[in-house]
This record gives sequence, structure tokens and C-alpha cells, in this order.
Amino acid sequence: MKHTISVLVENQFGTFNRVVTMFSGKGFNVQSISIGETETPEISRMTLVTTGEDKIIEQVVKQLNRLIDTIKVVDLTGQSRIERELALITVFYQRGTRAEITNVCNIFRGNVVDINNKTITLEVTGPPDKIDAAINVLEPYGIKEMARSGTVALKRGEQLKAEKKETLLT
Amino acid sequence: MKSNKHLLSGADIFFECLRKEKVDTIFGYPGGAVLKLYEKLYDVDFLQHVLVRHEQGATHMAEGYAKATGKVGVVLVTSGPGATNTVTGIADAYMDSVPIVIFTGQVPTHLIGNDAFQEADIVGITRPITKHNFLVRDVKELAATIKKAFYIASTGRPGPVLVDLPKDMIAAECEFEYPEKIELRGYKPTFLGHQNQIKKAADVIKNSKRPLLYVGGGVIMSNGHRELRLFAKENNLPVTMTLQGLGSFPMSDPQSLGMLGMHGTYWANQAVNNCDVLVSLGARFDDRVTGKIDQFAPSAFKIHVDIDPTCIDKNVIVDLPIVGDVKHVIAELASELSEPLQLDDWWAQINAWREECPLHYEKHDGRLRSEFVIEKISEKTKGEAVIVTDVGQHQMWVTQYYQFNNPRSHLSSGGLGTMGFSVPASIGAAFGIKDRPIISISGDGGFQMNMQELITAAYYKLPIKFIILNNSFLGMVRQWQELFHAEKFSFTDLSDSNPDFVKVGEAFGLKSFSTDKPGQVDSLLDEAFSINDGPVLIEFKVVKEDMVFPIIPAGKSIKEIMTKRLDPKEMV
Repeated sequence: MKHTISVLVENQFGTFNRVVTMFSGKGFNVQSISIGETETPEISRMTLVTTGEDKIIEQVVKQLNRLIDTIKVVDLTGQSRIERELALITVFYQRGTRAEITNVCNIFRGNVVDINNKTITLEVTGPPDKIDAAINVLEPYGIKEMARSGTVALKRGEQLKAEKKETLLT
Repeated sequence: MKSNKHLLSGADIFFECLRKEKVDTIFGYPGGAVLKLYEKLYDVDFLQHVLVRHEQGATHMAEGYAKATGKVGVVLVTSGPGATNTVTGIADAYMDSVPIVIFTGQVPTHLIGNDAFQEADIVGITRPITKHNFLVRDVKELAATIKKAFYIASTGRPGPVLVDLPKDMIAAECEFEYPEKIELRGYKPTFLGHQNQIKKAADVIKNSKRPLLYVGGGVIMSNGHRELRLFAKENNLPVTMTLQGLGSFPMSDPQSLGMLGMHGTYWANQAVNNCDVLVSLGARFDDRVTGKIDQFAPSAFKIHVDIDPTCIDKNVIVDLPIVGDVKHVIAELASELSEPLQLDDWWAQINAWREECPLHYEKHDGRLRSEFVIEKISEKTKGEAVIVTDVGQHQMWVTQYYQFNNPRSHLSSGGLGTMGFSVPASIGAAFGIKDRPIISISGDGGFQMNMQELITAAYYKLPIKFIILNNSFLGMVRQWQELFHAEKFSFTDLSDSNPDFVKVGEAFGLKSFSTDKPGQVDSLLDEAFSINDGPVLIEFKVVKEDMVFPIIPAGKSIKEIMTKRLDPKEMV
């Protein structure tokens, strides 16, 4: 099963390498890793997407926790969360298909970010399955190249019940 | 820079930190990148620097020192090859959770990554085999980094920590301030076990009919042997130990079942197989212990106490985990159990297994055997010596025939299985322990892997007894070749290629002896034990073809245990 794990790590020399080394040393799968600064500059957030049986995922989480430079490890799987990925996709076009491609781009709420006389580059963001869908639809036109950012994810904020304002009518 | 501030060089800070950490011994070898440290070391009087002959020796010495004393072992080596030579010892310490701190020199920071002379990315190389490692990139961080290194190495589940010191960091100056306390937000080992879990565990033990304590090195590391003894004695519980756990409970006590696992005793393995509650204390369900996982203690309710959460449910899924310091958890468990358990039937069964298949070896054919030598050493030292073994057949025979009665008495390379461990590790132990005999036992193969360190033992006049059980074979490999590889004794026969060990010993200045006669073992050992102004070497030329029994073949269960060599007639 696919798991999205969010890890807060010390923003230090070698931390990324430590995590990657641990994954390869223990033989764990990684589908994607992304890392970037957080609101606190000395802390980075890594988002890992991995697959495995529950027993393996339990070990992944424990082994991540065991690293000295990891501050917090949360398996977001099964929790209410926001997951986003960004893809840049360069597609070949011919006379007549350019409009189709931009149309597809619009349907996926993407942007055209570059164009020349042969190719058009689209920027699509969204949950990973939306990116997969966009790629699937664009494939027949001929994808020249593509870059995906890997998933970033955050837990959703708790929805506190909003207080109703008394209206004048009552 | 303000002139009124008191500035120290990185080298001065380094030694001030060692002083604060109360380091009394370091094992090292000088070289280009650490010259400045060795310049300072020349005038340092509060610690002893032990000059080794190979950096691998230094790391094993630090391990031997740490395992024997419980203190952190310290290594100082230069960059590049000096650093890479420490790798095997670091990996060994990582597998066996030995607290050591390794300081490696590094090329100056501006040359890092340039393929400079004697440069190696030792931080990158050792990342998967250290508990943590550091590259010091600012002299202002040096003191705090050293403090962190010692703290991380010695707390929680102990392990090796490496600190890489670029040459310019040792030369640079700053004010010295040693932090009193270190806070690492990503590192907070759980020390106290969960109260409810402990209560539950106590209830399970109380109601068990066939309980068994399965004790590992964690009990020794946490200094929990007294708590273990009280707990086992008061509740009449049988105790079996892992390789690293030997000595945590006295083997002379009838409640000890000896070691379990591949070469464990028949009765210990039967007890594991038949117990209804298995209490694992500071052990990690290693494959050499469990054999076939799904047939390991198949009907037992499993309780697992360990300070490292990653150990739990890693190999064997347990019923009740307790994360915490094993010494404290045992004490808490003991306080929950008030009445001794009624285990007469269980003990009768265990003792029947003991009778059914005792340890045995051929005693009457007049040929010298390792088991006999080890039994003699055990008798003569009354189980009070520090025995440092290498890896192979002799290592297993020591677990069977030496009666360990004290913790920190059996030092051996367990997890990594490093041949060449014993000679340097015994030297490290001898620097830490002065009031008990230190005995290094090796096979003829492993002895040759670090025998250069004999000169270290001779130079420092350490009263170590270096025993070589020479069967002219890589015996354990030979045994597997005989049992599992069609008797193709491929590259394991050393009879034509071993050196003259007596001459080797003498060349290094050791009084050296050799015999192949059982009748001379007593007198030779007596003579060796009477020499205390330096090391001695005794070679025992033993039977070539002996095998270690019992053996449960790798990945098998106790049902497939072999207790003796198959008679060729039976095989037809």
C-alpha cells in the first residue's frame, strides 16, 4: 500500500543523504522524495512516498525516527491531508493539435508556460493522480520530456465548528 | 578579534573536551591531517595514547575497552587511509551497539571534494554504519560537537559516532566553552518503560506455566545484571542468553540454560521451542538466534523489552512490547511479582532435556581438542577472567565450555562476525581492566588478521594470554563445507600455509609456547598465568576435523538440530 510520510528534519549538511542512505541500506522502496525549507529556516520538511506492507511501513517510520536529525515523523496515510505535485510537460504539437492541447491544459487547470514552433510546455499542479491523468491524456500527442516535483503534503487543519452569527431576522 | 578574549586552538579545545569527558585512554595512529593534534598530545598528561599498528586495531581496541569497562572507547586517526582502515571496526561496533567515538583527520575544508592527498569522504562512507557522524565545519562548533558525539554514543542504544576534523579546524582558534548539557530535539531515547505495559507483562508472567527469560547484550550495557539475577532467582525463572548476553546471569547457576540459537545448548533451544511465555530482555531476535522465524517459540506469548523501538517487531512480531531501559524495566517487573512461580513441572522437563543431550566431545583418544583447552581455562580462572574471542568454531566452543559468571567478561564480535577482533579487542580490554586476567582466544585464521597488534601488547607490557586454537583450517567454514557443500574444502586448509606461531610470537617479543598434547595443557596454562609482566602466546595444535555441535542449520528449526557427526554407516 502507498504511504505518504511527512518528516521534519534538521536543515543540515548531509541530512537528506542520511535518509536516502537509510532507505537504500534497509531495502525500502521510495516512489518520491521532496524536501524544502519550512517556516523555521533550520528545519526542513521531507515528504516521502513509499510502498510496502504494514510491517515494512512500521519499520520505515521507526527507522526514520531513529535518525538523530529527524525531529518528527508522521505517516499521513489515512489522515485528512492535502497532497500536491507539480509537473512540467513538454508536448509536440502539429497544426490543429495546439488548440486541443491547450484545451486539455485548461481542463486540468494548468498553464502554458512555454511554446516554440514544435513544442508546448504545460505546468500542471494537483494531487498525484491528477498529474497521472493529465499525462495519460497528453501521451498520444507525443511527450518530449517531463519533470515531476514529487509529492508535497500537509495535514489538513482541523475544522472547528464556526460560531453562527445571530442574524437580525431572528 | 578582541585581544582580551582567551582564544584556544581547535587542537587545544579537542583535548580540553576529552578531559571534560574524563577520557583516560585513546587508541590512535598519527598522520598528516592530525599532526597538530599529535603536537599537542606530546604534552598532554591526563590521558594515555596507545600507539597501534593498524587503524582497524585501534577501533577494535576501543571496542574491547568499551565492552570491558562500560565507558566510551576513543579512537584518533588521520584522514584518507587512516580513516578508511577504521571502517570494519566501526561496522562491528554498530552491529554490537558498542559506544565508541572515532576522531578522523580530514583535509582542510577548502580542499574537501578536490581529491586532495589522503582525502576520503569518511562521513559519507560511515553514514550507514554509525549511530551518527559529524563533519566539523566551524571551530566554534567543535566543543559542542564532541559533547554531542559522546552523548549520542553512550546513551539510548549505544553505538559508534564519528567526528571528522578538517586540518584547518584543528588549527583555527576560538573561545572555549564546554556545554554542560546537550539538547538534541531529534534524539530522546525512551528510558522508562510504559507502566501499563509492565503491569500487563507481570500478569502474563504470573500466570505462565513455562516461562523463559531470553537475555541479550542490552542487560549488560544497561548494567542490569543485578536486577536480572534478583528477578530470575526470586521467581525461579529459567534464563537463556545470547552471545552478547553471556555473563549477565551466572552460568554456574542451575537456572542458567546457557546460550540459545544455532550453536546453543539443546535444552535452551528446547525450552525456547516449548515455553508459553518468552521474555526477551535487551535482545534483538537475530537470525542466528531464531533460525526459522515462524517456528521460533511458536506457542509462546512474546514480551520484548528493548530501548530501541526499531528492534521491536523487526524480525519476530511480539505480543507485548516495552520500550525502555532494560535495567529499569526488569526492576519494575520484579516489583510487580511477589510470589515465586510454581514451575516444578517445567524445571523437570528442562532438566530432562539437559540429560537427554548434554554437551560432549571425545576425551579418550589422546588427541588435543579446543573444548578441552577451554574447559581447562574456565577451571583455572574460575569463570572470573575476561575472555575475548574471535570468530568461528572456537568462539562457539567458548560459549559452551567457559562458565561465564560476570558481565563484561565475554567480549566477542557477534553481529558483524569480524575475524581479527580478538587480538586488538583484548588489548583494549587490558587497558581498562587491571584486576582480572585477560585472555584472547583465536583460531589460526583470525589470529593472522590483526597479529600486528601483538607488538602493541608487548610494548605496553600488557599481561594478556594470547591463545591460538590452531586446527590448521578455517574451521567453521570447513564445517559448513562438510555439512552443506559436498565436502569441497575450498580454500580453507591452512596446514601448508600457516606461519610458525611460536616464532611469530617471539618476533614480537612474547614468551611463546606450543603443544599438541592434552597432558601438557595444565602445565602450560599454569606457566602462562604465572607471567604477568607482559603478554604470552600459547598455540594449541588441535584436531583438524572437529565440528561444533549441536548445530541448527541456518533458517531451520530445532526439529533439524544435529547433535553429532553423522556416522557414515547411518548415511548409507
